[in-house]
Amino acid sequence: MIKFFLMVNKQGQTRLSKYYEHVDINKRTILETEVIKSCLSRSSEQCSFVEYKDFKLIYRQYAALFIVVGVNDTENEMAIYEFIHNFVEVLDEYFSRVSELDVSFFNAVSQAFHSIWQNTG
Amino acid sequence: MVMSSLKLQDLIEEIRGAKTQAQEREVIQKECAHIRASFRDGDPLHRHRQLAKLLYVHMLGYPAHFGQMECLKLIASPRFIDKRVGYLGAMLLLDERQDAHLLITNSIKNDLNQGIQAVQGLALCTLSTMGSAEMCRDLATEVEKLLLERSPYVRKKAVLTAVHMIRKVPELSDTFLPVCAKLLHERHHGVLLGTITLITELCERSPAALKHFRKVVPQLVQILRTLVTTGFSTEHSISGVSDPFLQVQILRLLRILGRNHEESSESMNDLLAQVLAVNILGRFLLNSDKNIRYVALTSLLRLVQSDHSAVQRHRPTVVECLREPDASLSRRALELSLALVNSSNVRAMTQELQGFLESCPLDLRADCASGILLAAERFAPTKRWHIDTILRVLTMAGSHVRDDAVANLTQLIGGAQELHAYSVRRLYSALAQDISQQPLVQVAAWCIGEYGDLLLEGSCEETEPLQVEEEEVLALLERVLQSHMSLPATRGYALTALMKLSTRLRGDNNRIRQVVSIYGSCLDVELQQRAVEYNTLFRKYDHMRAAILEKMPLVDRGGPQADEEVKESKEATHLLEPAPVPTEPQASKLLDLLDLLDGPSEDSQQPPPVDPSPEGTLIHLLDLPCAPLAPAPIPNLKVFEREGLQLNLSFVRPPGTPTLLLITATATNASEGDVTHFICQAAVPKSFQLQLQAPSGDTVPAQGGLPVTQVLRILNPNKAPLRLKLRLTYNHYGRSVQEIFEVNNLPVEAWQ
Repeated sequence: MIKFFLMVNKQGQTRLSKYYEHVDINKRTILETEVIKSCLSRSSEQCSFVEYKDFKLIYRQYAALFIVVGVNDTENEMAIYEFIHNFVEVLDEYFSRVSELDVSFFNAVSQAFHSIWQNTG
Repeated sequence: MVMSSLKLQDLIEEIRGAKTQAQEREVIQKECAHIRASFRDGDPLHRHRQLAKLLYVHMLGYPAHFGQMECLKLIASPRFIDKRVGYLGAMLLLDERQDAHLLITNSIKNDLNQGIQAVQGLALCTLSTMGSAEMCRDLATEVEKLLLERSPYVRKKAVLTAVHMIRKVPELSDTFLPVCAKLLHERHHGVLLGTITLITELCERSPAALKHFRKVVPQLVQILRTLVTTGFSTEHSISGVSDPFLQVQILRLLRILGRNHEESSESMNDLLAQVLAVNILGRFLLNSDKNIRYVALTSLLRLVQSDHSAVQRHRPTVVECLREPDASLSRRALELSLALVNSSNVRAMTQELQGFLESCPLDLRADCASGILLAAERFAPTKRWHIDTILRVLTMAGSHVRDDAVANLTQLIGGAQELHAYSVRRLYSALAQDISQQPLVQVAAWCIGEYGDLLLEGSCEETEPLQVEEEEVLALLERVLQSHMSLPATRGYALTALMKLSTRLRGDNNRIRQVVSIYGSCLDVELQQRAVEYNTLFRKYDHMRAAILEKMPLVDRGGPQADEEVKESKEATHLLEPAPVPTEPQASKLLDLLDLLDGPSEDSQQPPPVDPSPEGTLIHLLDLPCAPLAPAPIPNLKVFEREGLQLNLSFVRPPGTPTLLLITATATNASEGDVTHFICQAAVPKSFQLQLQAPSGDTVPAQGGLPVTQVLRILNPNKAPLRLKLRLTYNHYGRSVQEIFEVNNLPVEAWQ
């Protein structure tokens, strides 16, 4: 089950965040910084699945933007990995060569994500 | 133009040369007229050429029905060149709807019996393409004979023809059934492929065939396995996969055979899963993409629980992955390696794991250390190796091991009589080098205290001779005591060790007495108490000192408990013993019943080891009657009846304890035959606690003999609705019976 979905840039600013489990507002920032720290510290050689506390993080880097999905044990890591990529391709089509700016300024992104997410379950 | 002997090629050229549709039609019409004329004239030499041209024209879409009779004539001709074109024409021009097709049956029959491969091949081909039902029936026996021909070429074609025949005339399956099993032994992939297809067709059409072929499932799996596991075979492999077509066909057949049939599915499953899945996973491990490796490791981990041996094959690769710089991968590899350790590879694996321990990141160290220790415990080949391993782990990662590692090691050493000298020496040298690793220091201190005399003896064949002076030993222990790195617990160990040495060492004890008296004023209360007690031992009870400080007997496994506690719990468990002990083996069998009810809670099945109020429990047990009370306010319930054997439940709610319910299950036998080996097991949802007491017996004699009673104690702290599932196993009239059922209409007063 997906716990959260984040799009964070390299400086640690969150461009999009969706939580599917209740997390307090102040805890969210801490969570996001920790998550981005663990993703940043990894080189490109290492695999995209990180174990963090009691769940797993699956992340992909696109230029300066990290997309991180936190899942619990029941989820298939490769499936989520490809799902992230699928989502990015959708955005790419929609915005024709999407950039970080688009993501931060358009509500459409979160809506697009939500509809994809619901369809894939 | 004289076109009567126009070769096919020339015709094609001409047709291609035509610039427009009309032109082409013209050419063709002219040619067709010539062909018709030639057919009428009956020129045998060039007939084949004419027919070839006609066929080409037919391919282009023009009517060619007048060539049908010519086909027949060509087929009948003895020349191969005629037959070839004739059969080709038959396949293209003749089909079921034409009346002429039956006429070739005879020719085909003759050709099939001829014995020339090529001709037989042609005939079979034609038959399989356009054979109608009547033709198939007529020629079935011939084809069947050919299935056993020597030449694989003919056999392959024969099998394909058989497939066609089955499709056309399902009744013929009887003819082909017996041959199939023999054909499965084929080496030739073509024939094998055909056979599999034939069997598939047979199974699809007739359930009798299905049953018959279920027997060959192991054979199929064997074939599949050889295909998958044998290496590269240039003849049949396609991008590294050997004969995927055959594999797919076999899989399809297995799917059909396994449908709705437990036994064959099972035999398929374990072989298939093993062979296919594990190999693929192993290949993933070698992939360079890290993500794929991660997934492979995760899946293998899940697999190793169900099928250990298959994963063993990939052990070297997994061990490689341990060395990955990537943290998640190495963690997974560590888990998998630990799971793969077994008695045969334990030495090699622990070596690898110890190497890993040295270099691994800190968060994995604890897991690695405890994993190694656990593996060593389960599979240690010799005690000495075990001690060595634990020692090494303690030296390397001492601060990260679990707390009971110390206790385990001391117990282990204590138990290994022959190794006392060896271990104490090793520990002494380790301690002399480094007193910072607390678990190590604790164990070493204990050992030196216990076996100090062996240390000083000087000779031990297993390690290099180590000359140790008494003074050195004392100095070391003092250092441990004084070091700021030592925990209070460690200091306690060291102090006690010093005391023990006072009896073991031959010199005088002044130094020891000095140290002990210093610590009499230590700030740490624990140490102070010990020091004061030891001091008193020196002064007032010197005569008892030797007796008190002699070598410890082996501590019981299960923790360092004070003696009184152990005695108390023994008493408490003694009374509970008879009831839970028979339920222990039952509990494990019950666990598979319990998908409906979420299983009895584990703790109710095991006697509590250290009962907090042992006396309370004793009273409890003594209070409760073990026989059913006579006036039961809750109505009895008859829950089971079969062939004279009846099971009744009676309920009692003792007034003192509102959450307790006692059910007495009574089994009576009104039939003519005895009921023997009667066992009744029960299951309740998780929130309840169930205790089955021992039944009064396991035989219910016939015709109203003495019934078997059994008391069930159910604790219901949450006052939740009671659900009860019962499992009865017994022998009656020579048969063994097993019944599982849920008791549905439990009276409400039972749980409210």
